[in-house]
Amino acid sequence: MADGSIGLWTVPLAVLGGAIRVSTPFLFVSLGECITERSGRINLGLEGTLVMGAMSAYGISYLTGSPWLGVLAAGITGALLGALHAGICSLPRVNDIAVGIALMLFGTGLAFYLGKPLIEPTAPRLPAIDFGWWSDIPQVRAALRVNVLFLIGVALAPILYWAFRTTRWGLLIRTAGESSDAARAMGHSVLLIRLRATMVGGFLAGIGGSFLSLFYPGSWNEGLSSGQGITAVALVIFARWDPMLCLWASLAFGGAAALGPALQSVGVTSGYHLFNAAPYILTLAIMIITCSPKRTLTGAPAELSITR
Amino acid sequence: MDFGRISRRHLLQGSAALTLGAAAGVRPALAAETTIGFIYVGSRDDYGYNQAHAQGAAALKKIPGLKVVEEEKVPETDAVEKTIESMINLDGATLLFPTSFGYYNPHMIKMATKFPKLRFEHCGGLWSDKDPKNAGSYFGYIDEAQYISGIVAGYTSKSGKLGFVAAKPIPQVLRNINAFALGARLANPKATTQVIFTGDWSMPVKEAEATNSLIDQGVDVLTCHVDGPKTMVENAARRGAFVCGYHTNQSPLAPKAYLTGAEWNWEALYPKFVKMIAAGESIPNFYRGGLKEEIVKTSPYGEAVSAEARKHADEVKAKFLSAEGYAIFKGGLVDNKGKTVIAAGTDRGQKDPELEKMDYLVEGVIGATS
Repeated sequence: MADGSIGLWTVPLAVLGGAIRVSTPFLFVSLGECITERSGRINLGLEGTLVMGAMSAYGISYLTGSPWLGVLAAGITGALLGALHAGICSLPRVNDIAVGIALMLFGTGLAFYLGKPLIEPTAPRLPAIDFGWWSDIPQVRAALRVNVLFLIGVALAPILYWAFRTTRWGLLIRTAGESSDAARAMGHSVLLIRLRATMVGGFLAGIGGSFLSLFYPGSWNEGLSSGQGITAVALVIFARWDPMLCLWASLAFGGAAALGPALQSVGVTSGYHLFNAAPYILTLAIMIITCSPKRTLTGAPAELSITR
Repeated sequence: MDFGRISRRHLLQGSAALTLGAAAGVRPALAAETTIGFIYVGSRDDYGYNQAHAQGAAALKKIPGLKVVEEEKVPETDAVEKTIESMINLDGATLLFPTSFGYYNPHMIKMATKFPKLRFEHCGGLWSDKDPKNAGSYFGYIDEAQYISGIVAGYTSKSGKLGFVAAKPIPQVLRNINAFALGARLANPKATTQVIFTGDWSMPVKEAEATNSLIDQGVDVLTCHVDGPKTMVENAARRGAFVCGYHTNQSPLAPKAYLTGAEWNWEALYPKFVKMIAAGESIPNFYRGGLKEEIVKTSPYGEAVSAEARKHADEVKAKFLSAEGYAIFKGGLVDNKGKTVIAAGTDRGQKDPELEKMDYLVEGVIGATS
């Protein structure tokens, strides 16, 4: 169109673009949490890990000039926070949910404290791959500017799905999550398996955080996460501990986040608070449809403290 | 209970000291070393609202004999009362600036009643005769600077479509949106301003999404009214759109895309307040002003601003600065639903209290308040 506007097409395009742009942190956190929960432990601290990841990625990228080192630093920070969670939970009679809440507050607090001098400077950002080269519509090109981390996340979902089913360590994680007695009888240390699973989960969540500060929205500030980490943890339950469903759920949440602004931009202005709440309404609806008082959630690892 | 007892004792000691000081003929308000307390709701280097106040505080630090204490991220709850009490009891603050909107009632009012000898200055509140005399509220008519931004934006936009990322449809925000849109129409009578409300003051992901969907609609100049404009400025500049800033100068974030911006000028106002106290004058309890009173200012023009735009914007700015002033909201104003909101013949000037109750979007704005 002559004036450069694409009218109502903005809405589906924004939802698609939003699914690509906004979903990545959800995807990494939920895949990480999926691994941790499959091993029989819940790490609610991933909100803190996400924020710490975002802060450390931004800081390292700013100091070294390399955003990829920032991503790595975010992953390592996340793994360390995961190790802390697993370490505390290894002690007798420690509740993993309570530790998770403590670590969530610790992670965000520490990130705000250390991140204070990082609010002003501008750090180098991660590059984007232009998948919209075939189109001459700038809106399409903008929606299809994809970051490598998104692609890695998308690839990771089927890999995890496959690994849980067919590999030895996938079996070990599931054994630890379904029956710690069985894992112990096989001669494996349940605590060690859970430590590793929580560290990998933290690593992925940290990388999810680096996406927030280094790609989209692309800078460090204290409101950056606004609860995305905790939403992603809830998303794992919603996705029934299935990595592939985590992928679809993350995409749906990303798209839903774009719905409110996009509808306002084409003139649907009434009830924008409702559209902004779309992701949460979606969660509630699916929870209500799929829940049943007669059985525990399908797919829930038996060792999880919420199902035990 | 303990806390209350301690603070009451401190209060008694404090007021005894003040009475002694007053008896000895020493003015208690500005002694040799005066401590001033600043309280921010967010981070003071947020490129936004809090940073603007922190810059004002920094201007006070340069004045000899003044000590400034600051606390960030104080929620708009009882927490601010505790912060005020500790600033008074532990740091000896005699002048306090709780800078966030929600601090005013009941928190600051309560503290002002409790410490009647100390001075409290609040940003954005509406002081009335019922409130304590040692409390005051000040605010700037930043819509004047938004109007100038609108003129510059109207000239710069090629599509005639401007975008406004806003937090909530409250009167102050609506007034900024309307001023921006009216300024743009001065430059280009066909210009439209599309507004997107994100729902809260700091929602970086929503702000980025709003910025992207506005640009997808063909918007090529954006501005905002959220706590931290950094997200909007950086994301718009990445997509090749121009921006007008808000709260402080964001041009270091996007030097090429930054046109101008509506800024607070607290670094001019706060030293003025301190001088008034030092000279023994009382600060008016209800203090308001715009460009002329140096409470707000505009950012220096960016390189992309044409000579024509500069000329027009400077002319209007000169009118704001002139003795007779300039009314943005003139009679015969129609809202975007076609209803006349200001009857023909009645101009509503800067200080008109009706404007502080604004609940409409003017013609030329695309969007709705609910």
